[in-house]
Amino acid sequence: MEYTSDVWIQSAAYLGAAFSVGFGAIGAALGEGYAAGAASQAIGKNPEQSGAILKNMLIGQAVAESAGIFALVISMLLAFVHSPEAPLITAFAYLGAGLAMGLSAIGSGMGSGFPAADACRGIADNPETQGMLTTNMLIGSAICQTPAIFGMVVAFMLMFVDFSQQPLWPGWAALLGAGLSVGLAAIGSGAGSGIPAGSSTAGMARQPAAATTIRTNMLIGSAVSQTPAIFGLVVAFMLLFIDWSGKPGWPTWAMLLGAGLSTGLSAIGPGIGNGLTAGEAASGIARVPEAQGPVTTTMLIGQTVAQSTVIYGFLVSLILLFIDRPASQAMVDWAAPLSAGICMGFGGIGPGVGEGYAAAYTVRRIARDARQNVLLTRVMLVGQAVSESTGIYSLIVALLLLFVI
Amino acid sequence: MEIAGADLVRAAALMGAGIAMGLGAIGPGVGEGFAAGKACEAIGKNPKEAGLLTRTMLVGQAVSESTGIYSLVVALLLIFVV
Repeated sequence: MEYTSDVWIQSAAYLGAAFSVGFGAIGAALGEGYAAGAASQAIGKNPEQSGAILKNMLIGQAVAESAGIFALVISMLLAFVHSPEAPLITAFAYLGAGLAMGLSAIGSGMGSGFPAADACRGIADNPETQGMLTTNMLIGSAICQTPAIFGMVVAFMLMFVDFSQQPLWPGWAALLGAGLSVGLAAIGSGAGSGIPAGSSTAGMARQPAAATTIRTNMLIGSAVSQTPAIFGLVVAFMLLFIDWSGKPGWPTWAMLLGAGLSTGLSAIGPGIGNGLTAGEAASGIARVPEAQGPVTTTMLIGQTVAQSTVIYGFLVSLILLFIDRPASQAMVDWAAPLSAGICMGFGGIGPGVGEGYAAAYTVRRIARDARQNVLLTRVMLVGQAVSESTGIYSLIVALLLLFVI
Repeated sequence: MEIAGADLVRAAALMGAGIAMGLGAIGPGVGEGFAAGKACEAIGKNPKEAGLLTRTMLVGQAVSESTGIYSLVVALLLIFVV
């Protein structure tokens, strides 16, 4: 066997299989261990309910496991894929598929652990609410699984769509970038939407009469937490299905890889931040159901601001996807756009988490004393604006790298 | 030394085995440790239920182990089968 395409494709398939099951194993196991710990704690508190708690733990763990199983399936498909005579670009499709599935399973597995744990604790404290808690746990963890499903869809597309009409340069970077974009963006949203799912379940155990209000708020909060993952999915689709044959290989490859990293990385922070805010909103409403109006309003304002850095990341990705650069292999011409994507990607993580954290504590105070609504929201916005600054610096540096250098 | 294509594929499979098992071991280790910690805490508070809690801990850890086993299976496949 010479260094034919087959050699590289087969090697890439094995590495993709490893990325898929390796990364994919992290989240599900963390979530399940967290649920098992909470179950032991709950049984210790209320041993009479051990049967119900164990049953609930196993149901919750089964949902958390699904992300790991998706990763196993993609890994097995990649380990036994056989594609003789395929063009070399297939190697990058397989590598991208493994990364998309593996990375996207991390958040979903972790996130599903939160509602499972809180349902176990809730059953110990208030056994009559068991049915309600298990139902809410299942709704909440189903939402947590969505980002892993986005990753699986992109992984299947990468494996089974024919990319032979795409040129190797810069097509390889588009396929790898698509996997990184959807995979990384799913981490924050998957873990983030687990937080409201967990705290709404805990809240229902304390205040079963307010179950409907709590569930509505949880659904709104976790739906907003999913947005960053959707940005990652959109960028992945653009990378996969735009025809790159009209563009020069150099430096377009760096722009496409940068586009995937910019949205993918910058989505991690807002996903987690939005989840923190929604989680405190759900526990606040469980404590004081009448505060639902002001709490939900401030939650949405806070989440919107926390969303801003992923929008910057998306903006930088769009610029990288659609500006035209003349063909050039000079180092500066490819390093600058790649660096712009990395800069905006990492720069978006911190402000997203920080602003979500600020909004979480604001929402918590408003639930206790709704009359302070206006004052607290104003202070929250000032604090978030300061927290935003590093995200804006990253955007400025990314734009400088793109348009001034 | 001449490196043939077959050697490269084999090397990629072996690298993959290491990556799969290495990354895959992170989550179960942390998750099962958390479960064990909480079980000990609960047994400390309520020693009478030690048997029940140990059983619950083991069942929960067994589920948490599964993704580590997936990684092991894929790693062994990459080493010995493909």
